[in-house]
Amino acid sequence: MTDATKYLSHLELGGPDKTYLDSNELIINMGPQHPATHGVLRVILKLDGEKVLGTECVIGYLHRGVEKIAEHRTYTMFNPYVDRMDYVAAVSNGLGYCEAVEKLLNIEAPPRANYIRVILTELNRLASHQLWLGTHALDIGAMTPLFYTFRDREEILKIFEKYCGARLTTHAFRIGGCQYETYEGFERDVKKFVDFARPKIVEYEELLTTNRIWLERTKGVGKISAKDCIALGVTGPVLRASGVKWDLRKAQPYANYPEFDFEIPIGQNGDTYDRYLVRMEEMRQSLRIIEQAVAKIPEGPIMAKVPKVMKPAVGEIYHSIEAPKGELGYFVVSDGSTQPYRVRVRPPSFVNLQALDLMVRGQLVADVIAVIGTLDIVLGEVDR
Amino acid sequence: MLDYITSYLSDSVKITPGQAGNVFWALVYILIIFGGVSVAVIAMNWLERKALAHFQIRLGPMRVGPHGLLQPIADALKLFTKEDIIPAAADKLVFWIAPLIILCASFTTYIVVPFGPAHAVTDLNIGILFMLGVSSLAVLGVVMAGWASNSHYPLIGALRSSAQMVSYEIAMGLAVVSAVLMTSLNATGTGTLSMIGIVHAQQAQHVWFLFKFFPLGLIAFVIFAIAMVAETNRAPFDLPEAESELTAGFHTEYSGLRWSLFMLGEYAAMIAVSSIAVTLWLGGWMRPFPNALTGETWDLVFSLFPGFTFLALSVFAFVGVIRMPKHPYFRLQTMGLAGFGAVLGLIGLILFVPPVRDRVQDIYWFSAKVAGFMYLYIWYRATFPRYRFDQLMKVGWKVLLPVALGVLIVTAILGVLL
Repeated sequence: MTDATKYLSHLELGGPDKTYLDSNELIINMGPQHPATHGVLRVILKLDGEKVLGTECVIGYLHRGVEKIAEHRTYTMFNPYVDRMDYVAAVSNGLGYCEAVEKLLNIEAPPRANYIRVILTELNRLASHQLWLGTHALDIGAMTPLFYTFRDREEILKIFEKYCGARLTTHAFRIGGCQYETYEGFERDVKKFVDFARPKIVEYEELLTTNRIWLERTKGVGKISAKDCIALGVTGPVLRASGVKWDLRKAQPYANYPEFDFEIPIGQNGDTYDRYLVRMEEMRQSLRIIEQAVAKIPEGPIMAKVPKVMKPAVGEIYHSIEAPKGELGYFVVSDGSTQPYRVRVRPPSFVNLQALDLMVRGQLVADVIAVIGTLDIVLGEVDR
Repeated sequence: MLDYITSYLSDSVKITPGQAGNVFWALVYILIIFGGVSVAVIAMNWLERKALAHFQIRLGPMRVGPHGLLQPIADALKLFTKEDIIPAAADKLVFWIAPLIILCASFTTYIVVPFGPAHAVTDLNIGILFMLGVSSLAVLGVVMAGWASNSHYPLIGALRSSAQMVSYEIAMGLAVVSAVLMTSLNATGTGTLSMIGIVHAQQAQHVWFLFKFFPLGLIAFVIFAIAMVAETNRAPFDLPEAESELTAGFHTEYSGLRWSLFMLGEYAAMIAVSSIAVTLWLGGWMRPFPNALTGETWDLVFSLFPGFTFLALSVFAFVGVIRMPKHPYFRLQTMGLAGFGAVLGLIGLILFVPPVRDRVQDIYWFSAKVAGFMYLYIWYRATFPRYRFDQLMKVGWKVLLPVALGVLIVTAILGVLL
């Protein structure tokens, strides 16, 4: 009895109409050690029974001070660090940073290097989306897709490993081009992978796209309008699923993307199901780009003429690319020395995570899991 | 005394030891069932992991024993030796009792499960009611576990679980009633709630109730089959233990032996509800086509099934022996697998001996049908995503319940008209 009053004292129980049974609010702490928060995200949930009244994200458990490290490394030395941010799409991170510094130095990567960059980046987009699909499906309770996607992602990682020796944090590119020439049989491997992956995407879709339970769990869940997306700065597949045709590969072309023929899939409803469909279609489009790129990859040098000691002129640059998760931007300030004065990263995961509260308010606990999955966040990138 | 003991061994016995008032054999049956169900749970554990692994392009347990055959035993040993943790804030007594209630509830139901016309501990005249009643006691254990843990996740898990179990019990009960109604439609016109009586009614009417009034029996069966998955908290209705949302649901705070009791209870309950479905709709212990394929020859052919099943398993084991890596490291495992195969083969041969053959037939067909359901459970788990709580309730109350009511009414009308 005394225990009960102790717990209830803060609830300011009034008359008989305001009993303990009416005060259903429950604060639940989800994470940082939780199987469905994709790393070390901590979400504080305020619940009314199963209904979510509000959420608060607590981040920073994986903060490594990547941006600060940049200020004490030369431009080249900092390059491997960016791979550690979004570790499931390390190649994209590297591409963004390299291109930003190249812009600052006023150099351009040779065509062959650009082709290699596009192939690897798109392979990485595919790998990232596969990982997303597997874990997202697992969160919603379908175990099997996870193993299918991991089996196929393995083939991509094998190509990475053969190319540069690393599987995840690849450090595949250098400022000014690529460090390594492609290995013997690279084109053949990539072509083989494209043929291998096409039917696999159909396989994932067979498991989920028309599954009744999957439809019920994802349709109308975590809706976000295009207006809200733009207001919050949400980018990537989440924005496109809300109906905005915004893809930096087309909107602000970089590398040699204008040379390829591909489409930007968009959704209409901005719910979890549309985001799922958009990402599935993006996988197909990535395969299309890879196929075109590998067919007309030119011969030539892979490195531009880059000074041994990089000393960009005083100035600043913002360069952004379309990472698998959205707009990944690098703001690099040079003070004329060998080390950047400041590197600021605009991580898509961090910005997209802001939308979580808006998307889950009024929905159920199970939807929080679905929405965290569909936002496709990587905590390494959120916290940096 | 000796007569008393041997009385149950003659072929002519047609009633269960409980009915005959034979305490000795009733106790023996209880022990056999307890052991058998425990072994079945262990086997199910291994099979689930193996089958699930093969659904998911992996191998599953491979290290402990040949093809991981000893993995469940290793796991059990691990759980036994783990530290027994009771959270400081927990209500110790309730925390301690909760798994026992679940375990007792799921094992007690086996008293009336008819493995054969004479192979049950006893034949209660309210058998099916007893079964539903006792198995729904498990909800109590779930609620107690959730409450006693004194923690948020188990509490929400327990609330979900109890709400789910209680709602699905209604649809389940209505489906059962429509099957029970069918028993009163035979020539003699006596309805029965006895599990053995229900199978006898199917025998008398020459039809499994699954096919009775054609779509009706099937619909009732499907409703029961869905409700029983929800009742046992298995995928796709496994939200009480939705790992990705509530870590482990009502048994989050449990570990070691106590946790394994929950698992044992869950699997035992799965087998128990499957045996209700088999008894009510799939002709219980009867072999397939007892009416169409009659005569001595067919009887003989079907009576050889148990033996051949074990021989086939033995052949599988020996194929495994041949495919084992030829390396000294695997010598012991290979020998073990060969021994296992030999034992299976020996059992198969024993099952060919006429007196044994005739006596185990019923048990074999009953177990085979239940095993089919067990496979379905694994299949569901590999294929389906998880329902959300409100959707689960919607399916239970807005779909299954009205349909079950409709089936019940139509069955009753048909029963009066025909």
